[in-house]
Amino acid sequence: MTAPTTSQHPPVTLHRVLSVRTRPKRPGPLAASLTHFWRAMRTFQHFPAQLIDIVVFPFIFLVVFTYLFGGAISGSTGDYLQNFVPGILVQTVVMMSVYTGTSLNGDITKGIHDRFRTLPFWQPATLVGNLLGDAVRYTIALTITLLLGLALGFRPDGVPGVLVAFLLMMFFAFAVSWIFTAMGVVASRPETVSTTSMMVMFPLVFASNIFVPTDSLPGWMEAFVKVNPISHVTTASRGLMHGNADAGDIALTLATSGALIAVSAPLAVYMYANKNKH
Amino acid sequence: MGVQSSIAIQASGLIKIFGGDRAVDGLDLTVPAGVVHGFLGPNGAGKTTTIRMLSTLLRPDGGTATVFGHDVVNEADAVRGRISLTGQFVSTDEQLTGVENLVLVARLLGHSWRDARARATELIEAFGLADAADRLVRNYSGGMRRRLDIAASIVATPDLLFLDEPTAGLDPHSRNQVWDIVRALVAADTTVLLTTQYLDEADQLADRITVIAKGRVIAEGTPGELKSSVGVGALNVRLKEPGQRPEAERLLARVLAVPIHLESDPAALSARISDPERVAHALAELTRSGVRLGDFALGQPSLDEVFLALTGHRQDAGTEAAEDGAGADVP
Repeated sequence: MTAPTTSQHPPVTLHRVLSVRTRPKRPGPLAASLTHFWRAMRTFQHFPAQLIDIVVFPFIFLVVFTYLFGGAISGSTGDYLQNFVPGILVQTVVMMSVYTGTSLNGDITKGIHDRFRTLPFWQPATLVGNLLGDAVRYTIALTITLLLGLALGFRPDGVPGVLVAFLLMMFFAFAVSWIFTAMGVVASRPETVSTTSMMVMFPLVFASNIFVPTDSLPGWMEAFVKVNPISHVTTASRGLMHGNADAGDIALTLATSGALIAVSAPLAVYMYANKNKH
Repeated sequence: MGVQSSIAIQASGLIKIFGGDRAVDGLDLTVPAGVVHGFLGPNGAGKTTTIRMLSTLLRPDGGTATVFGHDVVNEADAVRGRISLTGQFVSTDEQLTGVENLVLVARLLGHSWRDARARATELIEAFGLADAADRLVRNYSGGMRRRLDIAASIVATPDLLFLDEPTAGLDPHSRNQVWDIVRALVAADTTVLLTTQYLDEADQLADRITVIAKGRVIAEGTPGELKSSVGVGALNVRLKEPGQRPEAERLLARVLAVPIHLESDPAALSARISDPERVAHALAELTRSGVRLGDFALGQPSLDEVFLALTGHRQDAGTEAAEDGAGADVP
C-alpha cells in the first residue's frame, strides 16, 4: 500500500515506548472537558454527512408545510412562513437533543466508557464536552435552517432578535438533552434511546403551535397545546424574531428549562458516575 | 524498577452476585509482580467479572482485593494510577482515527496537547500502525484494532495490565503480534494478567496459570504442572481398515493400560496417555499384529481435556487434581 519505509531515524521500538514510566499530573476539569469537546468536533469533521441528517428534515418540513398547507392555514405561503420558520427552528434543535443520549449510550455499550472510567480525569467532563459539542451542532443546524427560511421568504424583524431567539432555543434544547442523557446512561442499546425518545418527541412537537394556530383546534387539544412547553418556546421565539416578544412566554420557557435541568442534570450525572458500580 | 511491592494482585474470597447467580464465588488469587499470569476458564467462568472487580470497574459483593497493596474499593484512584485494562470488547472510538484515539487517552491522562501528540505518534509507530495512523478505526482490521487498543492501554505505561482475551477472534498472524507485545511488556517490567480460553496461549506466555470454573479456582500451577496433571496428551490413531478397529482397541488398551475412546470416524481411536514410551510400544504392537495404520498423532492435551480432568477429578475425589497440579492454592 505504501512504499517501503526508508527511515531516517531508528524505528520506535516497543521497548522504548514502554520504558517511559513517568505519568503526567491528572488533568483539570476544564482540560478534560475541552478534550471531550475536541473529540466531538473531530467526529463531526470525519462525518460531515451528519450535517445532512440534521438539516434534511427541517428542509423537507419547511417546503412541504409551507407550500402544501401554508396557504390553507394562513391564507398565503408568505404569511405562513413568518410563523412557521421560528417553529421549525425549535423543532430542529429539540429533535437534535435526542442525539446526545444516543451517542452517550453508544460510548457506554461499545466499551470506550470503560476506557474513560479507568483514566484519572474528572468523569463528568465526558458529559460537559458532549454538551459543548451539541452547542456547536445546534448553531450550525439553526443557521442553515434559518438561511433556508430566508431564501423562501421569511423576514424577521432584526438580527438581535434572531440571536436572542437562538440562545433561548438552545437553552431549551440543552435542558431537554439532559433527559436523553439520563436515558442514554440506563438504556441497553442506542436504538432504545432513539425509538423511546421519538415516541415522546413526535407527539410533543406535533401537538404544539409549531404547525397550526391553536384556535383551530378542538378544546381538549387546544388545552394540551397551551401547556406544552414546546409551544411556549415557539411563541417566545416568534415574538423575539418579529420584535413583539412577550416577557411571559420567555420567562415561562426559562423556568421550564431551569426546572428540567435542576431535576435531570444531577440525576444523569449521578447515574453516569455510578454506572456499573452496584 | 517502578514496582515497589512484590505482589501485584492479592485477592481473597472475592464474590460477585448477578441476580441470584454467583458469577464469582469466593475466588482467591495471588499474582507476583513482573510476571504474566494466565487466567483460564470456559465462557461464563467469571474471568471477566473478576477482572472488572480487580480493575475497579465493578464493586465486589464480598471478599477483598488489593493491587500493589491498594484496596480496589477504598483506594480505587490509587489503583487506577497503576493499572490499565484492555477489555474483551475493543474500547477505542471507531469514529476517530488511530492517532486521535491515542491523543484522546493521553490528554485525559493529563498530557499537554503537544506531549499527547508526541506520545500518540511514537506509540502508533511502535505498534506498527504508522501507515494507518490517520485512518478511521472503523476501517481497521480486527488485529489492528486489538493492537491500537493495547497501545491505548499503555499511553501511560502501567505497572499492571489486564488483558481480557486479547486474541479472541484474531488470525494467527495478528495473534503472534499480540503475543510479541505481551512479551515486550513483561520485559519492560509490567505485570500482565491474561485471560484466555486457549491453553496454548497461556502456555506460550504465562509463567503461572490459574484455572477457574463457576467462579472458583480449580487449579493453579505452571503450564507444565497443569498439563502433567492430565497426562502428556492424547494419542490419535486412524486405521486403514475400519474393520480392524476392535482388534486395535484391544491391543491399545492392553499396552497403554488406559481407556480407549472410539471416535465417530469408524476408523479412528484415541486415548489419553501419560507415558510416551508406551505409545511407541503400542504402535509397534499394532503393526506386528497386522493392523494397518493410516496415520497417528500425539497431541498436547487441550484446555478441554484439562477441564475435563480437573472438574472430573474434583467431582470424584475432592481436590486430587489440584494436588497433582502442584496447585497448593485450592481451598
